[in-house]
Amino acid sequence: MPKTMFEKIWDAHVVTQEEGAPAVLYIDAHLIHEVTSPQAFTVLRERGLKVRRPDRTFATMDHAIPTRDLDISQWPPDAAKQVETLRRNCAEFGIPLYDIKGEQQGIVHVIGPELGITQPGMTIVCGDSHTSTHGAFGALAFGIGTSEVSHVLATQCLLQRKPRTYAINVEGRLGPGVTAKDIILAIIRQIGVGGGVGHVIEYRGPVIRSLSMEARMTICNMSIEAGARAGMIAPDETTFAYLKGRPFAPKGADWDRAVSRWRQLVTDEGAVFDKETTINVDGLAPMVTYGTNPGMAITVEERIPRPKDAATPDERRMLERALEYMGLKPGQPIEGQPIDYVFIGSCTNSRLEDLRMAASVVKGRKVAPGVTALVVPGSKQIKRQAEEEGLDRIFIEAGFQWRNPGCSMCLAMNEDKVPAGKYCASTSNRNFEGRQGKGARTLLMSPLMAAAAAVSGRVVDVREML
Amino acid sequence: MDGNEGRVTDMGGVMEPFTVHTGTAVPLRAENVDTDQIIPARYLTTVTRQGLGEGLFADWRRNPDGSLREDFPLNQPRYQGATILIAGSNFGSGSSREHAPWAILDAGFRAVISSNFADIFYNNSLKNGLLPVVLEREQVEHLMDMVEEVPTLQITIDLEKQEVVLPDGQRFHFDIDEYRKRCLLQGLDDLGYLLSKEEAIAAYEQAHGL
Ligand code: SF4
Repeated sequence: MPKTMFEKIWDAHVVTQEEGAPAVLYIDAHLIHEVTSPQAFTVLRERGLKVRRPDRTFATMDHAIPTRDLDISQWPPDAAKQVETLRRNCAEFGIPLYDIKGEQQGIVHVIGPELGITQPGMTIVCGDSHTSTHGAFGALAFGIGTSEVSHVLATQCLLQRKPRTYAINVEGRLGPGVTAKDIILAIIRQIGVGGGVGHVIEYRGPVIRSLSMEARMTICNMSIEAGARAGMIAPDETTFAYLKGRPFAPKGADWDRAVSRWRQLVTDEGAVFDKETTINVDGLAPMVTYGTNPGMAITVEERIPRPKDAATPDERRMLERALEYMGLKPGQPIEGQPIDYVFIGSCTNSRLEDLRMAASVVKGRKVAPGVTALVVPGSKQIKRQAEEEGLDRIFIEAGFQWRNPGCSMCLAMNEDKVPAGKYCASTSNRNFEGRQGKGARTLLMSPLMAAAAAVSGRVVDVREML
Repeated sequence: MDGNEGRVTDMGGVMEPFTVHTGTAVPLRAENVDTDQIIPARYLTTVTRQGLGEGLFADWRRNPDGSLREDFPLNQPRYQGATILIAGSNFGSGSSREHAPWAILDAGFRAVISSNFADIFYNNSLKNGLLPVVLEREQVEHLMDMVEEVPTLQITIDLEKQEVVLPDGQRFHFDIDEYRKRCLLQGLDDLGYLLSKEEAIAAYEQAHGL
């Protein structure tokens, strides 16, 4: 029977399955961070359990930490407490921790691939929904809740029902100034924020094959915004070239063996998906969200939809509510919309390639008056590399703040917040009400578009600036 | 049954069993309610599970000046004491934070009814004894209408029979995974089950050279 990539990985990881019960699925790599792990360690303590495979568990701190150079004694007490708790838990249970004091700390979904922990064919979980990012390597990677974190810590396994499969074929040719972020926003617009519920998406087709690993990660990252359990892309030469030589990647003869194994992971000819969608990106323009979920997206050339044109009363209500929250008018062009904040960062778009793209627009220009703009690299390594290339100078000279790695303004757990009523052009993944701060109004877009917004003070079509 | 039964159980402890629950409901007419709304990120800076009910729908419950919004159903006196939350479709989308079901439980709820739930939220709820009930969209609408008309309506959720029962005898069937149902009825949690598979796990690791 021909199998999909997902099915191959799933089948290889089922430890056992009883009649009527979910499968016991083995987890190859477990990533943890400070916010969703403390209560899981409490479970271990209370039950007198150990971490079964500390060698397959990797910890970092990213969500709550401040991104300014600050001594921990000056941190807000709750963030400091979460970090101290993680340090204690990792020390007690023997888990490697990529601490903010070290050189490899960063956003959990950025450092996993960067360190080569993320590899094709693996099962990877983390107490964070954007674990789907790692699927870009042909891994089955998904977010779990804190109870499940305790299950994986204690048994290296999870109880899972097999999800359904969903092929999304991306065809056509991408124009200049149009990026992976625009593709995924266009996909979510097309299939809806619930379009992938219960499914694992495999992104396929010529456009996907032509993308860099960074771009593939951007796409898989936002699978969860379409409701999908995970997103995956079959590994190929691009994947292998990215992984080769990374700290956790196999070496020597092991590497060759691994690569030949990874080549077998692709979906077999004739394998059937439960669902299939094709999207053509010919002529796609850069995308911008105007509402309060990532499916509320249009191209920069379009006007904001009118509630009266909505297909159903529910949709009309939702759109009315979203526009009221966003302070935007039906029928208004999105181009020209003034913005107050710019956030270039998050596990969606904070990798070196993203920063290079943004810098290419910012170079020789200035952040528009009245705009507060932040660049928050995804990891310490990225920050270092960017500084070696002089990207930091470009941003700083233009008037951007150049911060330390962390989730920052993506979820507003630390002091990096957008004030109520203000508009933020953001490269992150969620434009939910209050996501970037209470009352904050988020417009999601690519790093190119966010950089263009920063120097223009409004939403503009970056293609006119390239 | 009163709302206190839904209180978050002590962390390592056995989950509160769910068998038959009768209570009043509160309708939340919103679709795609994401976990950032259920509990905003600023309430996640805790290392325990208790007290999260405080943050439940924090930004929808209060005006910018901190006063309670009267138009928000959870604030309205007629819905006080409700133990069942009825919401629009795609409830619990977004972040994987288990703080979302913890907050809902901590605020006294035992079940959420919707026409569909986001995957991670659905799983997280089951693992904490909060029953997510999936009904047809029309049935959800109908329930909301009835509750808005008669807020004291006693709704019974019978997990064994997989039915939502109204006082006038109307019954709505719902589906649930057999394994999950058994766990909820008995208050069993997954960790105990997984720990009992130790031998198989060790054999798997050995066979795969892990
Ligand atoms: S950057 Fe944002 S989306 Fe990514 S892990 Fe951090 S909080 Fe989550």
